[in-house]
Amino acid sequence: MDKRELLEKINQIFISVLDNEDIVLEYDSTADHIDDWDSLNHIQLVVAIEKNFKIRFTSQEIQSWNNVGQMLDNILLRVK
Amino acid sequence: MISQTFNELKRNLKKDSGNFKKVRLAILADSASQLVVQAIKGYGIAHSINFVVFEADYNQIDRQVFDPGSDLYKFEPEFLLILRSTERLNKRFCTLDRSDKESFANNQLTYLISLCQQISSRIKCKIILNNYIELNDSVFGNLATKVSSSFLYQVRKLNLNLMDHAQENKLLFLLDLNSLIAVAGYRNTFDPKMYYSADMVFNIDFLPNLAKHITDIIFAISGSFKKCVVLDLDNTIWGGVIGDDGVDGIQIGDLGHGKIFSDLQLWVKQLKQRGIIVAICSKNTSSIAKEPFLTHPEMVLRLEDIAVFVANWENKADNIRHIQSVLNIGMDSIVFIDDNPFERELVKKEIPEIMVPDLPEDPADYLLFLKSLNMFEIASFTVDDEQRTLQYQQEAERSVLQQSFANEEEFLSNLEMVSEVKAFDTFTIPRVSQLSQRSNQFNLRTIRYTETELLSMVGDGLYYTYSFTLKDKYGENGLIAFVVLKQVSESTLFIENWAMSCRVLKRGMEFFTLDCIAGDAKRNGYSNILAEYLPTKKNMMVKAHYSSLGFEEIEENSYVLNLATYQLNKPVFITRM
Repeated sequence: MDKRELLEKINQIFISVLDNEDIVLEYDSTADHIDDWDSLNHIQLVVAIEKNFKIRFTSQEIQSWNNVGQMLDNILLRVK
Repeated sequence: MISQTFNELKRNLKKDSGNFKKVRLAILADSASQLVVQAIKGYGIAHSINFVVFEADYNQIDRQVFDPGSDLYKFEPEFLLILRSTERLNKRFCTLDRSDKESFANNQLTYLISLCQQISSRIKCKIILNNYIELNDSVFGNLATKVSSSFLYQVRKLNLNLMDHAQENKLLFLLDLNSLIAVAGYRNTFDPKMYYSADMVFNIDFLPNLAKHITDIIFAISGSFKKCVVLDLDNTIWGGVIGDDGVDGIQIGDLGHGKIFSDLQLWVKQLKQRGIIVAICSKNTSSIAKEPFLTHPEMVLRLEDIAVFVANWENKADNIRHIQSVLNIGMDSIVFIDDNPFERELVKKEIPEIMVPDLPEDPADYLLFLKSLNMFEIASFTVDDEQRTLQYQQEAERSVLQQSFANEEEFLSNLEMVSEVKAFDTFTIPRVSQLSQRSNQFNLRTIRYTETELLSMVGDGLYYTYSFTLKDKYGENGLIAFVVLKQVSESTLFIENWAMSCRVLKRGMEFFTLDCIAGDAKRNGYSNILAEYLPTKKNMMVKAHYSSLGFEEIEENSYVLNLATYQLNKPVFITRM
């Protein structure tokens, strides 16, 4: 899976968890750009991503991402 | 267990709940409770309840309760849920020295009692407290069970103390969190990452079930609870079909998979003893259906356990309406349990208020599944409840069966039924043979065919053979009927046998079958079809089969159909494939 493809999938997860069809993610998107992406929803997003890709992030990892691109890199590393 | 995910519950929050009944609920918690609140509200909306929620800030139980001017008291809730986590309880426990550990459960109980007293002195509301998760903290290992200063020992003691105290306090209800987690498994309900990053003690997948149980308590206190369970018989409370297998052949007790059904009956009997009314609704001949209750030594449920017993060949929705009118209880207080998806869908569609659990495919899973639904929550219990069945039995005797038919045609047309009609071949012959051996009720001449006999008909110009499958939008029923026709003269065919599985009664299958064979016979140049009904002890239900299909009786149990004037006298909703 390449990063573009992954972005598409993650975008779908955001749409479903945040229940907002209008979300369009880019690599440099951050919580500031996306409505409702607060700390509470962040946890739900993480859980949804973990479930979808059958991976587990460490607690350090989920605190370390500065934007969507870094999150994708992290997922790619784990999915293999 | 509930089938909706947390995300689905959350989505309900966007729906308009303005017209729903409002329930004022306050929630105090010593862990992060935002997602719990969302789950409860979403679950409420799915059940037409609009929870108006006051959620205190994080870890404010004492402040809200002991401050007379707090927001909690201003809010005036009808229900107050206090969630205290076992994780935090353990932290508190760890700071104590050994002698305080010994009295931990007692001190905690004293604290909880003072919380309740404080609340009740200020506002009139029902209080819901959770009990605690009985987990071994691996400090003493298994010996914790013998050491009174262990956390495990104290938590168990606290849970027991709480149960004792709750019996005295009419305003206090306990959420049995410990049992919920025992079923789900702590590993599945607690996500360390969520706990350490957000102080959430329940993982997202567990929230719907937690919300359900909290609301179950609230609904029961509000007077909405189940009073009656209506049971199907064949393959629901025993294995097999009583009409075909007979009293000796049904699986209950030691025979076949009988243990599955014995355990289910044991559970139903426990429900009956605590005051749930048990009724029977079965497609059967009444006398045959009652026989196991009277004579089978391993049946747990006996006739005296059943308040209303309805076994006939009518529509189950109508029969349940009859049961409901005899018992004079709300439809929403009835649970209907049936292994057959077709019957379940019919009843759900005709009676939306009734609860119809979608049983798992394997009967071995029935009981665990039914228990997980927590269908029989109640808010109080008295010994009088046990007497209820007798009263209803007497009421049932007085009442007359008044059948009001549901709009069956509309229902049938909605099913998108398709039947594959084929002459016998090597694939269908084993199943046709089996059907001829096993079906006793819908079997017009009860001829038992071996596979070899059936095979010899194939390619024999005198025979016309038909096998029928039936599927609908809910699923496959497999091969459910067959007809064997034999040419007896150039113009006449004779129905040597016609058998059908009782699972597909009341779907117009008989009419469809007739239309197939009569249509073909006409095309092949025949002018009459002769038929015969050979009565047995078990096939009374098809006594009037041919006359209801429009055959003319020429002598007792002998019939003829004139193909020149034949016309189907009923609409059929099955497509031939």
